[in-house]
Amino acid sequence: MNDTELSRKAFLLREQAAGLIYRGKSGHIGSDFSVMDILVTLFYLHLNVSPAQQTDPSRDRFILSKGHTAEALYCILCDKGFFPKEELETFCQFGSKYTGHPNKNINGVEINSGSLGHGLPVGVGMALAGRMQGQPYRVYVVMGDGELAEGSVWEGAMAASHFKLDNLIVIIDRNRLQISGTTESVMNPGDLRSRFESFGWQVWECPGNRIDALDQTISEAKASVGAPALVIANTIKGYGYSAAENQAKWHHKVPSEEEYQQILEELKERRAMIE
Amino acid sequence: MGNTGSVKQAYAEILAQLGKENEKIVAIDADLQACSLTDKFSDSFPDRHFNVGIAECNMVGIAAGMATCGKIPFVHSFAMFTAGRAYDQIRNSVVYPHLNVKVMGMYAGFTNGEDGPTHQCVEDLSLMRTIPGNVVLCPSDANETKQMVRAVAEYDGPCYIRMPRSATQTHTDIPGYQFEIGKGVELCDGKDVAIIATGIMVERAMQAAQLLKEEGICARVIDMHTIKPIDRQIILKAADETGAIVTTEDHNIIGGLGSAVAEVLAENRCVPFIRHGVKDAFGKSGKFEAVMELHGLTAQGIIACAKAVIAQK
Repeated sequence: MNDTELSRKAFLLREQAAGLIYRGKSGHIGSDFSVMDILVTLFYLHLNVSPAQQTDPSRDRFILSKGHTAEALYCILCDKGFFPKEELETFCQFGSKYTGHPNKNINGVEINSGSLGHGLPVGVGMALAGRMQGQPYRVYVVMGDGELAEGSVWEGAMAASHFKLDNLIVIIDRNRLQISGTTESVMNPGDLRSRFESFGWQVWECPGNRIDALDQTISEAKASVGAPALVIANTIKGYGYSAAENQAKWHHKVPSEEEYQQILEELKERRAMIE
Repeated sequence: MGNTGSVKQAYAEILAQLGKENEKIVAIDADLQACSLTDKFSDSFPDRHFNVGIAECNMVGIAAGMATCGKIPFVHSFAMFTAGRAYDQIRNSVVYPHLNVKVMGMYAGFTNGEDGPTHQCVEDLSLMRTIPGNVVLCPSDANETKQMVRAVAEYDGPCYIRMPRSATQTHTDIPGYQFEIGKGVELCDGKDVAIIATGIMVERAMQAAQLLKEEGICARVIDMHTIKPIDRQIILKAADETGAIVTTEDHNIIGGLGSAVAEVLAENRCVPFIRHGVKDAFGKSGKFEAVMELHGLTAQGIIACAKAVIAQK
């Protein structure tokens, strides 16, 4: 699939994620819509993963450190054939394995996540294991920007450069919003580029809701030698549904029936506009 | 029986030995190799040893990541900083996904005497025991440590081992002794009272039993090296056969061995029962034995509890 087709797919997957949240009556729609293009770029253009490779030791490893965007991940894994749609429809229902945050009982999920700040250290461990085993895989970690206030993120960042993990790529979904407000007002992450560079990382930055830009930037980041790579993907929280865009209140809001219909309508329109 | 052996030395030896036998084993430290003595391991396997600096949460996360790739990581720091500081990583990134990570809580209880309460963890058994599916262990001597660590390496799943700093008398080098996770060990038989002990308190319990014997009181001593899953059978048997139970631990009496035994007894048997241990207090800075004495964690302290529980029969 080319970038245009994938951009359309990202809108279609947003419709599906919104449906899961609407029917499951729980989820993080603003963050799902923000991170969707990052996940689509990774899963359809970069990650060497598939249902047939789940136990292949050479497969790429993906960690959704911002585990609250589970719906976006689940819709992609389902689309890629990791599990059937009917199963995913149990999302957030009593007894469903498709929990509000990912767990590794779900096909395609490498590690339970959602306790923020955990993903990067786990990724460091996977990258070190890959190096020890002489495996060619890369480890991709997607973090939120609000998550950067967790101290363990910086412990992991320090270790990743100390061990010169150039098989580790982190993408920050930089939507500048968290539950209680802007990242700048809640706990200012400052100049992320210089902070990570001072930690010994190679840093790239790109528009985070454009597949073509993400694809090109991640390709460049993969070429990083001797240092871990960071991509700051500048996104819009709620991207695709204008009423939710840049609105912190949509972080964890379940749409009403009327809102859900509006969401579907707007996503369809935006999808149709892509040429 | 009766020889003194260093528990941490025994740990270092068995880890290095297991490293030879199983290349999946990896050791990770947070700058306290001088205490975990993993240099024995890293000297032979430098590529399988990592010092991640003073960052215990990161250390446990790294171990979780390695475990998803088939490694068997042993992570090391003081109990305070593994069970304490990295609790969330142990709970969410290791035990919840049931990963094969072995967490060592070194220098547990007051064995870290001079460092004072910031470094004396008397809550780790409680913290680790309440995580669903976690296996929680505490060796009483060097021999048991070796057998325990071997069993832990063979067990596929998360474990926490509470390790004392100090040397102890060896009680488990007896014929027929074989370590098994979840199976307590009757070290000496008795009909008047059962003393259920863990870790370094086993040594004191054995001393107490000897002294009680001189007074005509016959005490059974059980080495409860596994706090979880707790050995219900050995507890109920002791309740039936002695009718009086004392637990002893160098840990808060809230949440540790005493609580685990109390839970079994409360649901099954009504017998006189006393928890001997740290009475919900922080430690003090001082020589290990002095801090133990302050909290009554001595053979005499156990004897007083044994007599009190017998009087309740």
